[in-house]
Amino acid sequence: MSAVLSTKNLVRRFGGLVATNDVTFSLPAGARHALIGPNGAGKTTFVNLLSGVLPPTSGQVFLDGQDVSDWPVFKRARNGLSRTFQINQLFADFTPLETIGLALSEAHAEGAQFWRRAGTSKTIVDEAVSILEQLDLGDVMEHRVGSLPYGKQRLLEIAIAVAPKPKVLLLDEPAAGVPEGEREQILEIVEALPKEMALVLIEHDMDLVFRFAKTISVLVQGALFVEGPASEVARDPRVRQVYLGESEVEQHLGGAA
Amino acid sequence: MIDTALHATTGGESRAMAWFAERAKWRWPEFALWIAAFALAFVFPSRSALFNEVAILALFALSLDIVLGYAGIVSLGHGAFFGLGAYVAGLLAKAGGGAGLYSDPTFGLLVAAAVCGFVGYLTSFLVLRGADLTRLMVTLGVALIFAELANRMAWLTGGADGLQGVLPGKILGLVEFNFMHPEYAYLYSLSVLFILFIVARKVINSPFGVSLRAIKGNALRAGAIGINVNRRLNGAYTMGAAYAGVAGALLAQTTAFVSLDVLEFHRSADVMLIVIFGGVGTLYGAIVGAAAFKLLYDLLAAATPQYWQFWLGLILVLLVLFVRGGIMGLVSGLYARMTGKGETP
Ligand SMILES: Nc1ncnc2c1ncn2[C@@H]1O[C@H](COP(=O)(O)OP(=O)(O)O)[C@@H](O)[C@H]1O
Ligand SMILES: [Mg+2]
Repeated sequence: MSAVLSTKNLVRRFGGLVATNDVTFSLPAGARHALIGPNGAGKTTFVNLLSGVLPPTSGQVFLDGQDVSDWPVFKRARNGLSRTFQINQLFADFTPLETIGLALSEAHAEGAQFWRRAGTSKTIVDEAVSILEQLDLGDVMEHRVGSLPYGKQRLLEIAIAVAPKPKVLLLDEPAAGVPEGEREQILEIVEALPKEMALVLIEHDMDLVFRFAKTISVLVQGALFVEGPASEVARDPRVRQVYLGESEVEQHLGGAA
Repeated sequence: MIDTALHATTGGESRAMAWFAERAKWRWPEFALWIAAFALAFVFPSRSALFNEVAILALFALSLDIVLGYAGIVSLGHGAFFGLGAYVAGLLAKAGGGAGLYSDPTFGLLVAAAVCGFVGYLTSFLVLRGADLTRLMVTLGVALIFAELANRMAWLTGGADGLQGVLPGKILGLVEFNFMHPEYAYLYSLSVLFILFIVARKVINSPFGVSLRAIKGNALRAGAIGINVNRRLNGAYTMGAAYAGVAGALLAQTTAFVSLDVLEFHRSADVMLIVIFGGVGTLYGAIVGAAAFKLLYDLLAAATPQYWQFWLGLILVLLVLFVRGGIMGLVSGLYARMTGKGETP
């Protein structure tokens, strides 16, 4: 099996707390994978380890079969590993246009050019506009990011991660804090991402999870508790007991089967 | 605000291209400032020595604004590069004896820029190793080392007596510095400031410049989109060091003298005040900050010779507390109101 992203015995401790406990995980190309688990289970920590934001206490991370455990964040990003943050990490003083323009010039390895004005590469500007329009940010592309409504900022958080056309995209609760009516739009955007892009979605809303995911991992107290096809995970009695409310699982079994 | 008519009739792409072009456009107050600065040499030639000091201080502040305002590195030792540049240019002019390549002022500037840029590049690795407080200490430490070296190497620097016999040649082989005509020196320094300002403005508006603002805005996200944060900061620090070196070189050439004073701590502190005073990360803040600082200094020193530092400090504290973004914060708010536009992001 060709895993685009995988880990081997990954451990991360915070003092006495084991936030990631011996996780061996593998993500095939084009995956539609959900990572679920109660609050504090270690989902964000796991994403931080995968993306290089945190160094592991022990264990390894592989990207395209290559050991990237000691690679800095930017190097993993340049090699096709992209992520969103549970708490927005945006450039408040930029516009969405400038933000995506920046992400694209980095992706095209033009980010260090210092002798031409930013915004003179028509390819990049056109691409930026098309991404912004796809993500429903076309109307606000010249507005200051810091003053955009939260929902729009959330969309930009996704746009900035999608722009470089990564091989793997890790989405850490992209719909967190978004009003009910706009959550649907976020899922639609995620579902419309290119088939070949491997996606990992962290999400608490089980409706969205079962609609999106083909495979699911359940993380409990830092360890992989159960993983497999979505329908099996939904049926797993341990998952029912430990994590999901019985009734909620019943509800999804029909749809997922 | 978006022009809705434009929005409706043109595609997003052309709107986007237009937005980028608009942002980097020269605005009339910029032209006005530069024309006024050059005009001063002809209107008040007798005050040119003061203007020359301001121009040099402005270039020095500009160099710190690149480091502080764009790369986000708080440096308390930026004077090290100013002093190094001054000694490099001074020693060259001395070696040339007033003629030939070594005494050519432009050559002196180039060498000072190259030497300071190189030393800046090397020290940038030390500076970037740590977090904010460590960085501050490293910049301070490097500056102290430089000051002590200059003091110990009296055989080269002249030590406490200063470097004697600094004889800069003709500017571009045409005009000679002349103490009867201080406006020549001012016009020379101002031209160098103007050219380097245009270069800095261009760099700041480039993809590299945008990435610096991104790093300062959110280094975590900058890394996550693939920006090699430290390498970009190495570049910005190098540029800032080279600029500071040119400022120091200008001082050496236009005053035909270099002393240990160029490496003293107060220079690093003054230039930090000026940048904050003028507005961090604005480029123009360096220039208006330098002018305002010098003006205030002269006014206060004349009015209250003993308490000028108190008043200067008070004004600075008030400005920082009540006006966001220093003088440039005031100016751009005013400009926005006059042109009826919102502040450009
Ligand atoms: N930087 C940190 N320092 C100390 N403890 C942390 C840190 N980050 C996360 N933790 C702890 O690790 C555990 C897992 O957190 P997290 O990965 O954020 O969980 P989740 O995303 O699943 O809600 C929590 O107990 C949290 O308090
Ligand atoms: Mg989390």
